[in-house]
Amino acid sequence: MSILVNSDTRLLVQGITGKEGSFHTTQMVEYGTNVVGGVTPGGAGKSVAGAPVFNTVHQAVEATGANVSIIFVPARFAPDAIYEAVDAGIPFVICITEGIPILDMVPVYDYVKQKGARLLGPNCPGVITPGEAKVGIMPGFIHEPGSIGLVSRSGTLTYEVVDALTRAGLGQSTAVGIGGDPVIGTSFVDALELFQADDKTSAIVMIGEIGGTDEETAAAYIKEHVTKPVVGFIAGQTAPPGKRMGHAGAIISGGTGTAAEKIRTMTEAGVSMANKPSDVPGLVKAAIA
Amino acid sequence: MNVHEYQAAEILAARGIPVNVGKVATTPAEAEAIAAEFGKLVAIKAQVHIGGRGKAGGIKLAKTPAEAKEAASQILGMDIRGHTVNKVLVVPGVDIAREFYLGVVLDRPNRVPVLMASAEGGVDIETVAAESPEKIIMARADPYLGLRDFQARDVGFALGLEKELINPFTAIASRLFKAFVEMDATLAEINPLIVTGSGEMMALDSKMSFDDNALFRHPGLEDLRDLAEENATELEARGHGISYVKLDGNIGCIVNGAGLAMATMDAVKLHGGEPANFLDVGGGASADQVATAFQLVTSDENVQAILINIFGGITRGDVVAQGIREALGRVDVKVPIVVRLSGTNAEQGRALLAEAGLTAYGTMDEAAQQVVAAAA
Repeated sequence: MSILVNSDTRLLVQGITGKEGSFHTTQMVEYGTNVVGGVTPGGAGKSVAGAPVFNTVHQAVEATGANVSIIFVPARFAPDAIYEAVDAGIPFVICITEGIPILDMVPVYDYVKQKGARLLGPNCPGVITPGEAKVGIMPGFIHEPGSIGLVSRSGTLTYEVVDALTRAGLGQSTAVGIGGDPVIGTSFVDALELFQADDKTSAIVMIGEIGGTDEETAAAYIKEHVTKPVVGFIAGQTAPPGKRMGHAGAIISGGTGTAAEKIRTMTEAGVSMANKPSDVPGLVKAAIA
Repeated sequence: MNVHEYQAAEILAARGIPVNVGKVATTPAEAEAIAAEFGKLVAIKAQVHIGGRGKAGGIKLAKTPAEAKEAASQILGMDIRGHTVNKVLVVPGVDIAREFYLGVVLDRPNRVPVLMASAEGGVDIETVAAESPEKIIMARADPYLGLRDFQARDVGFALGLEKELINPFTAIASRLFKAFVEMDATLAEINPLIVTGSGEMMALDSKMSFDDNALFRHPGLEDLRDLAEENATELEARGHGISYVKLDGNIGCIVNGAGLAMATMDAVKLHGGEPANFLDVGGGASADQVATAFQLVTSDENVQAILINIFGGITRGDVVAQGIREALGRVDVKVPIVVRLSGTNAEQGRALLAEAGLTAYGTMDEAAQQVVAAAA
């Protein structure tokens, strides 16, 4: 098993001929991901890393049977790209693009939900099932196949933790980056639900950060529904209130969203909390022993 | 992006919301003249991008123009939690019968905007939310339809408003919601929304913040930016695609990725140091970006040592190391630098840095420990 992507993934890349899109298509193909095609309006007939380019997602799906799409188009056009993918019947869409206006994502989120599809991101590194499919911008080589499920709001911090897990001999079932924006398609709870149901995942690592209350909601969910061991880390313990820490969602406002509150709630839900990223592998080993 | 109270009030007034209209003064004499013009009791209000002005002494009442001059001279130049007051808003005194809170924010768990109201006007909504959440009345917008009038009316009735106040309230709530959505706000707030002695509803204090990602479609908003309120270094960083936030410590941080940057600050603190800044240099950590980051970080005089923490993912560690060396060739950095480099080709990268006389470590813990020692 594993979650979200695997060797059956037939990936479409929207914005495939752009700088980011073509670079990461090559990286994904080199990792072994089955990239079946790409879309750039007006780009039909070209090919990138061996993948044929189509003008529209509908045409691409018809020709290739793509079942997952990853989006690299600029922020102003990214919501439309998500609508297009979902409208063409793609059940799982990953949006890497950062800088999308928050309110643009409100109807997008609802549309995706109404159509029964799933969105990951925006402003996320994507998802990888080591050894099967890398659908995102993460460095593939730091991952190893294994049984630890990882879900995170951050990019490089996720790589940091994955690297530490791999060095400690703890491979990953799937690593999911849900993104750092206020409105995102897949939440911690969604990912936890998938990991809990996944036979291959023996323990879950959850990496949160300041801002919002998604970690608190996740803690409540863990308490009620997750029987697998969960290890957590929260970044931003030293962040001051009222200042946006890079991610649009990483801001402590009105006393909510603090690291201290998230750590307390998660600890109360039975999550083993790491003080620093390098403590994560030890806590995972203790939890699955 | 934040704007001042008077700017938010102007935006809302232009959208048909009744506002207690005042005038801005930058000198005590101007405040005196404005007070004379109003010819009655006035309130002098500090214009700074931070809450809690009243408690800090940034809001004073004045019965006469002379008192207004005196109050303004006390408030202008005052420091309110790190914000210097350069402007005051002088507003005519009003007869307040009742006060309410009215605001629109994004309801993150439900991913829609929400209208919030409370009969506890003038109090921080966060305080109400913490102490008596049942007193907050909410109406969630539909993702496509927005906030309908019936929802605003429901909130008005739930607040206990008399029937003659329902229509004015609905109009205000609906216009506030439209302002929030149409201007890509992250906050639109009237606190307090008052009912005057003669039964009229009016915004007495307004606050708005806007989504930085959406500023491109609201070019007019840039004109409202008060450069004096923003850290010059933070602004410059933004121009280079770098996220920088100044903090109070003495250890400068240069990191790729926002989450890792926060974790790096935490690691510095965990090892007994104090971070001087948050800085996300961006994914690739190119020579240009690192050089700019050096300039930004060293412009803070408190910085006594710099920690560079790069997780080389798709950008290889040796390329990152070359970039750091090139950046050091361009910027004269006088404080000790500790590098943590991990990921692809990190060993080659560390060797390249060692040649340039820089100490590079493989783990964040080691590097944090070393930089704290270097700054001591």
